[in-house]
Amino acid sequence: MKILVCISVVPDTTSKISIDSSKGFIDVQGLTYIVGPYDDYALSRAIELKESNGADVVVLHMGTSESEPLIRKCLALGADSAVRIDGIAKNSYQLAKEIASYVEDNPFDLILMGKEAIDYNSGQTHGIVAGLLKMTHFSPVMQLNIDGSNLTLEVEIDGGKAEVSCQLPAVLGCQEPIAEWKIPSMRGIMTARTKEIKILAPSIPSTQALISEEINETNRKQIMIPSDQLQVLVDYLKQDVQL
Amino acid sequence: MKKIAIFIDFKGTELSSYTRTLLGFADTFFGSEVAYYLFSFAGPKQASIPQLKGSVIGYQINAGNSLFAETTELRKLGDQISALSIDEIWLSKSNTSDSVAGIISATLGFQIVPNIKQITQKGDSYLIQKSIFSGKATAHSELSSSHFVGIFPKGFGSDSNAASVEVNFESLDLETSKKYSIIKVDTHEGSIPLPEASIVVGAGRGMKDPGNWGIIEELAQTLHAATACSKPVSDINWRPHHEHVGQTGIKIAPKLYIACGISGAIQHLAGVNGSGKIVVINQDPEAPFFKHADYGIVGDLFDVVPRLTKILKEI
Ligand SMILES: Cc1cc2nc3c(=O)[nH]c(=O)nc-3n(C[C@H](O)[C@H](O)[C@H](O)COP(=O)(O)OP(=O)(O)OC[C@H]3O[C@@H](n4cnc5c(N)ncnc54)[C@H](O)[C@@H]3O)c2cc1C
Repeated sequence: MKILVCISVVPDTTSKISIDSSKGFIDVQGLTYIVGPYDDYALSRAIELKESNGADVVVLHMGTSESEPLIRKCLALGADSAVRIDGIAKNSYQLAKEIASYVEDNPFDLILMGKEAIDYNSGQTHGIVAGLLKMTHFSPVMQLNIDGSNLTLEVEIDGGKAEVSCQLPAVLGCQEPIAEWKIPSMRGIMTARTKEIKILAPSIPSTQALISEEINETNRKQIMIPSDQLQVLVDYLKQDVQL
Repeated sequence: MKKIAIFIDFKGTELSSYTRTLLGFADTFFGSEVAYYLFSFAGPKQASIPQLKGSVIGYQINAGNSLFAETTELRKLGDQISALSIDEIWLSKSNTSDSVAGIISATLGFQIVPNIKQITQKGDSYLIQKSIFSGKATAHSELSSSHFVGIFPKGFGSDSNAASVEVNFESLDLETSKKYSIIKVDTHEGSIPLPEASIVVGAGRGMKDPGNWGIIEELAQTLHAATACSKPVSDINWRPHHEHVGQTGIKIAPKLYIACGISGAIQHLAGVNGSGKIVVINQDPEAPFFKHADYGIVGDLFDVVPRLTKILKEI
């Protein structure tokens, strides 16, 4: 079985996001980058499946060479090889097209990724990939078991969860508690050094409807209301959220 | 004239409240120069909806199973939408909206814009504010208004006071041979599920004792809100785990979050930053949460919360 795990590289969840006004983008100085937490869950589950059922696990990331230490970490966790598409995706659609085009040339039985990347929180990449490749799609998947070519999944639905069974191939957006987070072992770190990270040029020109974009910190109003004037609060809320 | 597809949801035979607010918003946004195509999965054949200024055609999608549509079914739906020459698709955020939006946009090549906080028209383009970095930042973009799939948080917009009209939903058969089967479905009964709530009341260690939650529940009931809690509170079993919001819990984006007796640790904020407006009630004027609040009240929650509930009950 061949499993592809697509990972995002994002600022650590507890990062304070500030804006570099000269660039109109977030200030990357001093930010620590991590593998997207949901993607990390997906990867951990892929490695568990490799250990229990046997699988070839490939990690795919679209990004610059600065992400390589984190890709190496994925290899140290147990992925067999990695592919880096050398470019920066402008949106989920472009990223999904790149992933789909890679998979068309290199077929996989199972494509896993986090239910969303925690930078743009779009949560769309897996759905678009499934649509492009005409594969079965579920998200957010909280449990994943494989028996032959049969998958048993627990999927969050609005107001609850459902257990479903389906056939490979499939594209799944993952979230906790699909697997335990893993820490690379010393041996893993040593063997990762010789594993291959293949670098590919992006194959699809970016088309986008975006005309311009600027990013701001989300500013809250920080209006303090004396505790004996709750009516003032209610009046504000009537206006803001149509209470 | 623009053709807009809107995915609508029902609770039983009634339009869901977030669909009502989204339709209310669309009506003000587009005015009369628009044709609406309303698509529902497993909705009724006939339903009353608020009167819209544009023309309305309804479709009831028959996708074999209402819980999840198959990729091939959604691709067929994409082809139908394309055949109708639809310009834009609007949806409310849900667990299923992501499959629907992703697969349809893959078929049509439309660009998806999720987490929309605000949208205005500028000539032929849209100015959109969307929440990014889990609500810590906002992207202001200008983009072409055609070939666009917008995903709006539940509760976006406002309910219209328009009179109701009856709409017939023509059935649209997409059923294919099912590639999956459902083994079991579990739903949380009773209370409003957190990710669906448009208003959430959260409480933390400042509550002092699990027996004190009555005032939080009463406030929540008054506002038709769901209840949430901080991590330590669920860790010591004062509240159920599915109420825990934050970095390691559920991430919520209601239009209003009211935090009572929660200090505002960064791990808690990671789960609630996406909220439209935040109200913080805390007795400590130095509580970090006040820096991340739209409205702050310094006071004893055991005094403030019941008085707030009383005022709200009167409106
Ligand atoms: C890796 C990691 C992950 C974490 N994940 C999460 C997470 O997902 N979610 C989460 O919530 N936390 C998480 N935490 C814990 C987080 O750091 C805080 O410890 C926690 O959010 C604090 O909860 P609290 O605000 O309820 O309690 P406290 O910090 O104890 O705050 C209680 C507040 O109540 C106020 N108060 C007390 N009495 C009253 C009164 N009578 N009236 C009004 N106000 C009163 C106090 O002034 C105080 O500000 C995580 C921590 C770590 C290290």
